[in-house]
Order: sequence, then C-alpha cells, then structure tokens
Amino acid sequence: MMPPLVRLAALSAWNRRAALSLTVLAVALSVMMLLGVERLREQVRDGFEQSVSGADLIVGARGSPLQLMLYSVFRIGEATHNVQWSSVEALTAHPAVAWTIPVSLGDSHRGYPVLATNHAYFAHFRHGDRRPLALAGGRAFDGVFEAVLGAEVADALDYRLGDRIALAHGSGESGLADHADKPFTVTGILARTGTPVDNTVHISLAAMEAIHLDWQGGAPIPGMQIPAEYVQKFDLEPKTVTAVIVGLESRAAVFSVQRWINNFHAEPLMAVLPGVALAQLWQMIGHGEKALLAISALVVGVGLAGLVAVVLAGLDQRRRELAILRAVGARPRDILALLTLEGLGLTVIGALLGLVLLTVLSLVAAPLVQARFGLSLTTGLPSAHELYLLAGVIITGFIASLLPGWRAYRVSLADGLTPKT
Amino acid sequence: MPAPVVSVAGLRFDWGGTPCLDIAAFELAQNEQVFLYGPSGSGKSTLLNLLAGVLVPRAGELVVLGAALPRLAGAARDRFRADHLGLIFQQFNLIPYLSVLDNVLLPCHFSARRRERAGDAKQTAARLLVHLDLDPALWTRRADALSVGQQQRVAAARALIGAPELIVADEPTSALDADRQDAFLDLLTRECAASGAALVFVSHDRRLAARFARTLALPDINRAGVAP
Repeated sequence: MMPPLVRLAALSAWNRRAALSLTVLAVALSVMMLLGVERLREQVRDGFEQSVSGADLIVGARGSPLQLMLYSVFRIGEATHNVQWSSVEALTAHPAVAWTIPVSLGDSHRGYPVLATNHAYFAHFRHGDRRPLALAGGRAFDGVFEAVLGAEVADALDYRLGDRIALAHGSGESGLADHADKPFTVTGILARTGTPVDNTVHISLAAMEAIHLDWQGGAPIPGMQIPAEYVQKFDLEPKTVTAVIVGLESRAAVFSVQRWINNFHAEPLMAVLPGVALAQLWQMIGHGEKALLAISALVVGVGLAGLVAVVLAGLDQRRRELAILRAVGARPRDILALLTLEGLGLTVIGALLGLVLLTVLSLVAAPLVQARFGLSLTTGLPSAHELYLLAGVIITGFIASLLPGWRAYRVSLADGLTPKT
Repeated sequence: MPAPVVSVAGLRFDWGGTPCLDIAAFELAQNEQVFLYGPSGSGKSTLLNLLAGVLVPRAGELVVLGAALPRLAGAARDRFRADHLGLIFQQFNLIPYLSVLDNVLLPCHFSARRRERAGDAKQTAARLLVHLDLDPALWTRRADALSVGQQQRVAAARALIGAPELIVADEPTSALDADRQDAFLDLLTRECAASGAALVFVSHDRRLAARFARTLALPDINRAGVAP
C-alpha cells in the first residue's frame, strides 16, 4: 500500500487530471526531444564507428582526410581524386600489410551508391563488433555483370536473387539508367549490418571498367557502343580506384606504414587512421551537438516551468482542501511534501512518457532513417547517458516543485483552519 | 475532581495590533457539552484556531488536556491536534476526491494514537457511519457526491474516529434545514457522550442553545468584544 501522503497526492492530481495531463504531455514531448537528440547523437557516432571497425588505414589520393573517409566509407560528400592501380598493387605487396580492399565509387542505382570492389571485401571487411559480412542469400559476384545488394537496397526495392538491374552514372539524380545497355544480375543479398553497406550495390572492379569502356571523361563517347557480350575481349583490369581500405599484420606498424604511404614515390597518397578522422569530425560538429542539446534542455525547462505554473495556479482552489488536512493533523511540512510530491510525480510521469514516446517514434521512423541515412535506430533500454539526462530532468522537476510546495506551506500556515477564500 | 479538558485564563489575542480576544477565564469539564454563542465577528474562528493550536495567544494560559499549548512547538501542536481534537466545520468539511470511508479514516493517517484507539480503523469507521445513519451504499462514493447533510454526518464520524477527548464544531448545522439540524444535533451529542468526548459547539443561532445543558455567549466572556 502507498504511503498516505503519496496516495493523497496521487488522488488529488487524478482529480485535476484534465488540467494536469496537458502539462504532463508538454513535459513528455520536451523529454522526448532531449532524449531524441541525445540518442541520435550517440547513434550517429556508433554508426560511424561500427562502419569501419576492422580497418587500420584508409588510403586515397592526397587531400582532406575527412573527405576521403566520409566519401569512401559513408558515401557522403564529394568524390576525391583517384589512386593508380599500380599503387594499390604496391600497397598490397608491402610486408606489413595483411590485406587490402580496393573500392571504386561514382555510379548509383536508383539513388543507392554502387561500390566496385573485389573478393577481399567479402573476406576482410568488418563492421560492428568486428563482424564479417554475411550473405543472407545467394553468392558473391563471379561474372562481370553480377551484383551483390545490401540488405536495405534489396528490401526497399523488393529485389530478389536473379533480378536484373541497370546502373546509372553518377549519383543518379537524373533518374536515367545510363548503363542500361549492360544490366546486372543479382547473385547475392547481404545480411543486414546497420551500416552504409546495407545501402550499397556491390559489383566487381572489372564490371566498373566494363560499363565505362565506351565512356570517357564522364560521358558516353559519341558513336561508340560496346555491347555487353564483347566486354570480355577488353582488358578489364582497373586503372584507378577511389580508395583502399587496408588491414595490417600488426597494429603496431600503423604509423610506419602510414608514413610510407604519405611519402609514396609514384603519386601523392594519403593514409588516414579512421579513428583519428572520426575524432576530427566529432570535434567539428561538437559545438553544433552541444547547441542542440542546450536548446532541448531549454525546452525541457519551459515544460517544467509550465508544470509548476499549473500546480501553482491550482493552489488557490485547494486552500480549503489544505485547511481540512491541517484540521485532521497534517503538519505544514506534510503540506509542503504533498505539493512537492505532486510536482515530482508529474515530472516522473512526463519523463517516462517521453521515453515511451521516443521508443514509439524510433520504431516508426527506424525504416525511414535506415533508408535515408543508413543509421539503425535502436529501441532498446535507455543508455547510461540517457538515464543521466532523465535523472537530471527529474531532479530539476523536484527542485522546481519545491516552489508550489513552499507556497502551499506558507498559505496553510497563514490560513490555519479558516482559509480566506 | 478530574482535571478540565480546556482551561483558559487571561487569554489575549490580537490581529495586527487590534485586540480580538480577551478572555479572563473559561473551563470545560470532561464529558461536558457547551453551546458557545457568538454573532459573526465575535472572535469565534480565532478561538477555534487557538483551541486547535493553529494560532498561539499573545498572552495568558491555554491548557488543553493538561498541555499548555502556547508553550509547545508548532510541530508538537500539530501532533496534539491530530491526537486529541476532532474538528467539524460549517461546510466543505471533506476532501472532495476521497471516498466517504477514506475521509473518515484521514485522522488515523496523521495520528498514531488515534489509529491505535480506533482498533480496526475500517470497522470503527463503519460503526460510526452506521451510528450516524449513513447508508453503506454511500461509503465508497466520492465525498462530493453526497448531500450537505450527509457530508456533515461524515465530518462528524471523522471527528469522532479514534475517540479524541475534545470535539470542536464550528456552525456545523448552519447549512442544514431545521429538521436536519435537529437530527444532526441529536446524533452528534449522542455520539460525543458515547465516546466520552467533551464538545464545544459554536454557533450564531441561539435557537439551538436549548438543547445544551450549558450555554455561553462569547461576547459575555470576551472583553475585547470586537474582531475583524
């Protein structure tokens, strides 16, 4: 059984539920926003870190490390310069290097990026907790015009093994399938990873070469068309790639290999440690995150202020009630506790309701966010940091509720048994 | 002779410098029922708040059940009130959102003594409600669903639960029609006698005085005479 004061506060609040429910809803929405901002922030970071969990270095043409990282791993931002195939071969031959995954980007399929790579990708690429890629069905590409789809691509476009798809040049904004003359057959569909891999169409490096045989400088060569059947007659070894994901025999060698690459003699290259580039990214967007969090905290403050105002406004109509309680022996500090408990209880309900709303919203929005941003929204238990935020909201609510509590205390002392209303 | 329930000597109280109460002497014996007449503004409410330990006199003796109330700290006076006093107001006596039974049980939440003296509190509440002629079908209703007359009987049951030694009733019948006034007075005086409680019945309606053995007019004993 509830302690009498808690029960009394609960029954009294229930009696005024119409007025109080709106203000509780305001608190709930503000808490949802606060936790939502925090959760999105954590998941963007997690998502990024999980996307490159096995790579020691990302190698590309010299330029901005962040740009290379964002484009080659997350398919975000501008294309970088290319790396000569001979450099990839030299890199692979380096004694400290365990494996290399060359990747070539630039084309797309119905808005989803196309990534050309080789079998090393399926063998060595790691995501999440250093998990390898797994096929949900089918097999990796073997022939030239074969494609392996990320889970989200297959789901969203309802593709199955054996379906034929056409690729578009560039990001595919035009909606034209410029490579329609050389369709691909879906031979494999990857299991879901919660990373940009899910949104990617994978083809072989040879295929990337093949569909661009009759292209030059980013446009089809007028009057020249090489049918799909004849591409095998050409040399399909890639000339350049966008970037190379590198795994080392030992992490201890990471700085010496990085130095070797940064001083590479044949062309200007750059080796990026994914962790360092991400740290740079977080530093860049850290201020924005903080501002967003501060705004959300302010919104929670406004919500709690509204709640306190409603409790305070109701006080005048409850002076009779407080006088009755005093008459049957309630001490002024019981009255203080009663009003403070009410505010605290409403804050707790608002905060928990906010958490529930956020969970529901996450469930509803998860497919959209996954499709648009490659982020998997988790809907599990709140993280430690979220719990801290919730505790902060509830403590603030408690402190704010002392105000109506204190006011009721004063009123009940002044009124005694005969309220002046 | 047993000690009086209430003993007042040279009691003075003023509101912001304006004298309100000045009572030379007043005593109430055990089991005694007194009708205290006072027109509005004669200081009835102030005396009530003093007896209940909510207000403290500026000067004089105020001893209730052997305890000198003015010398007790605020919390101790609150506990004293919870333990030994039953109060009934003119109207709006009940917490509207609680059931009839919960309203009657309220004093037992704030006073361990009354909880003990009530024994099985729910059974005692039920017995009191039956004595006060309240249909059991009403007991689980919200207090504000009852008629004024019914509410006053619930308030009487609440004042009587746990057998406090002193019942103070402030115009408890003024919202009732004449028939119901009589019925309520019968019930209240009978129950006070049954539980051995002394009763101070305050009213501006002289007509009711006839039912009491002892009648006192506040203007007669209050030398300050005026009150805000």
